[in-house]
Amino acid sequence: MAEGIRDKVAILGMGCTRFGERWDMSGGDLLVESLMEALEDAGIEKKDLQAAWLGVHIDEINIGKGGTYASNAMHLPFIPVSRLDNFCASGTEAFRGAVYGVASGACDIALAIGVEKLKDTGYGGLPDSPAFGQEMVMVGPNATAPGMFAQLATAYAAKHNIPMERVKEAITHISWKSHQNGAKNPRAHLRKAATKEQIAGSPMIAYPLGLFDCCGVSDGSAAAIVTTPEIAKKLKPNDPLVRVKALQIAVSSGEEAAYDKWDGASVMTTRVASKRAYDEAGIKDPRAEVSMMEVHDCFSITEMCTMEDLWISPEGGAPEDILGGFYDLDGQIPCQPDGGLKCFGHPIGASGIRMIFEMYNQLLGRWPEDRAVKDPKFGLTHNLGGVPNNNVCSIAIFGVD
Amino acid sequence: MVGITSFGGYVPRYRLNRMIVFGSMGWLNPVIITNARGEKAVANFDEDSITMAVAAGMDCLRGVDRSTIDAVYYATTTAPYKERQNANIVAGALGVKEEIRTADFAASLKSGTTALLSALEFTAANPGANAVVCAADCRLGKMASTQEMVFGDGGGALAVGDTDVIAEYKGCYSVSYDFVDHLRGAKTKYDRMWEERWIRDLGYGGFIPQAVNGLCAKYGLSPTDFDKVVYPCYYGGARKKINAMFGEGEGKVQDDMLATVGDTGAGHPLLMMSAALETAQPGQKILLVSFGSGCDAVWFEVTDAIAKKQDGRGASRWLARRADLDNYQKYLVWRGMAPPEMGLRGEVDKETRWSLVWRDHKSILGLWGGKCKACGTQQWPARRMCVNPDCGAVDQMEEVYLADKGGTVFTYTGDMLSASLNPPAVYGTISFNGGGRTVLDFADCTVEDVAVGNPIEFSFRKKFYDSKRDITNYFWKAIPAVEEVK
Repeated sequence: MAEGIRDKVAILGMGCTRFGERWDMSGGDLLVESLMEALEDAGIEKKDLQAAWLGVHIDEINIGKGGTYASNAMHLPFIPVSRLDNFCASGTEAFRGAVYGVASGACDIALAIGVEKLKDTGYGGLPDSPAFGQEMVMVGPNATAPGMFAQLATAYAAKHNIPMERVKEAITHISWKSHQNGAKNPRAHLRKAATKEQIAGSPMIAYPLGLFDCCGVSDGSAAAIVTTPEIAKKLKPNDPLVRVKALQIAVSSGEEAAYDKWDGASVMTTRVASKRAYDEAGIKDPRAEVSMMEVHDCFSITEMCTMEDLWISPEGGAPEDILGGFYDLDGQIPCQPDGGLKCFGHPIGASGIRMIFEMYNQLLGRWPEDRAVKDPKFGLTHNLGGVPNNNVCSIAIFGVD
Repeated sequence: MVGITSFGGYVPRYRLNRMIVFGSMGWLNPVIITNARGEKAVANFDEDSITMAVAAGMDCLRGVDRSTIDAVYYATTTAPYKERQNANIVAGALGVKEEIRTADFAASLKSGTTALLSALEFTAANPGANAVVCAADCRLGKMASTQEMVFGDGGGALAVGDTDVIAEYKGCYSVSYDFVDHLRGAKTKYDRMWEERWIRDLGYGGFIPQAVNGLCAKYGLSPTDFDKVVYPCYYGGARKKINAMFGEGEGKVQDDMLATVGDTGAGHPLLMMSAALETAQPGQKILLVSFGSGCDAVWFEVTDAIAKKQDGRGASRWLARRADLDNYQKYLVWRGMAPPEMGLRGEVDKETRWSLVWRDHKSILGLWGGKCKACGTQQWPARRMCVNPDCGAVDQMEEVYLADKGGTVFTYTGDMLSASLNPPAVYGTISFNGGGRTVLDFADCTVEDVAVGNPIEFSFRKKFYDSKRDITNYFWKAIPAVEEVK
């Protein structure tokens, strides 16, 4: 029986660029920015890195394929650089690669770094690409990401027999909360608070999602340096240790898209991956034990459904929890304390590591009081790449000692 | 007995009031006011003569075992392909078997009836054989032209065979002339016509009576012997004179659908014929005449079996399913007459990989799915491994034609971000009747028309057009289930 990853790897240092429209920066420039911050935080030098995993999703307009562009940009000294793409879970996948590298004993210190240079695509939203294979070019719908996620809302309202107005009210609260939190965060892309009237009244993108239900599309990079707890203690004897408690990925089997059992209102991968992650971390009652979360709020409706898929809100109970402030910064489980994808922004390959960056700093108590989570024990991150009926979900859980 | 065994019609949902055309373009050519009565049917942006022929064919083949069809003929003057047989695309969509004869009939507005005669002769020569003829057109007139006013989009389909015949084929008479009233060169998009009085008087006024009289002489009939007469002619004056040939009789001359649809070209005689058959009575003699580069006159006699096919198929339910196309600019954009800004998403280069298309041609053209022989699960697409997580059997798929099965809405949205010529792009997950799900584009509806659980039908549509390589690709979309008209 595999014993899992719990407590075997610690985070030595992290970096994260400001996300946003970084017109003056190339993908390589952003990589250098997050790398240098992570190295400084870790108190090591580039030559101490023994292997690197790179998270990046869209290759056509970005930094190309393979690991060369990133290795060149950071002038890494001929170490392995493995490029990982698993949709929006790419950053967490890169982190998993580095963590597994250290846990296996193959290397002592490893780098996980993610980047995406989306603002050179010329698109509002993500660019179109044959992401689901060439067959889908011939038969797939004329769909976009917001349209695919919006369908969660129509299915959710039908399944739970609640009016769409109630769903809209809940998802409006989600975006309102992210704007509240993002406004306090100097690294966030969107830093203006928004009123609920503004959010609910924003132009329709994909029914029932308006513009403010959609996350920012940004440039950015984030980096994590991981090592064994022993080495971390040696290098930083006076600092608390942020440890990886769980790291799980689940990928759609195809049954959501083509079989008759999926309810359309939830994400099966999240339900599976989160259960595995709680087991790995030793969490029995997530609603009582998880202290804070960064979840994949690519769209507000995704966050709403995720609250149930993570087994925190009861089935059909997410709107009530959300509107009751359960997930607000001063609520029981603050969700998106850094503004989330909605306001921090979403450079795909960097997003997973950006979430870990937030949990890491919260666990270390580094943030100013106005956006600090009180005495966190477990921090959870969640990515969802792809579309609700066909996707990759990653769950990571962190603790501090 | 050889004859018609079933019929079907198709009229696209959107209708453009001709006064809107006049209001938009009358400043340029005020005389178009003379044709500014009623409305014309306009193909949706994702429809063309192939998709409309398929829609008429699906209507015609309702309840017909597809494996009994031995020939598929397609008639049009607006085929999307010069090489790549268009009839094969139609046949693939209709779900017929592949060991059949297919042919395109083209380049004349009488090609629909010529295809019908060929099908009748095919059946006569091959006892027990069945054929289906699908005809449709989507012709373009230039802005402010008579053609723009008169032309409509739509089509009809007739199945022929020698069993369960609903209208027996009794005889025909044809005339063929290089009479160039309308023409389009191989590279030309818009119809060109010669002087209208000449067309009216020598063309319609000359050839149709000649064909009718020729048929009557050949079979010892009088024009007044017919109970129903079906022929296209959009000149009121000529129509009046021709009608007089057939004598009195209420409802004897079939409505030309000019006020509701417009002239649908090669499809028009078959569309009108399917409308005529909706109400035809046993024993009635029907005369079907086409016009274009000559005429085919075809004589049928309705049998007792007609009642079984008068079950809602035909033109009426499509005519009743209508929505105003309330602006002329939308019509221009849909027909490719004015270039809209579609953004980067509209510029994505989508290549067609023909070896892939061939491998998947049944699932793309006919929405064929699979039924697992091990567990019975119906699924689309049919892949090697069964989708049922409790089964997973490999290579146990039995082919199932799903295009005529219909389904229900499971999830949906209306998307303003995707590049669509009819935004918001409505799409969603549908559940196939009998099992299985997929995400499809929806057509002929707004997001307000859709709700979870609503019944849908499948409609063969243009999926995307690759302008760089002049390739039209087709696939199925979901449309709200079409209501029967009683």
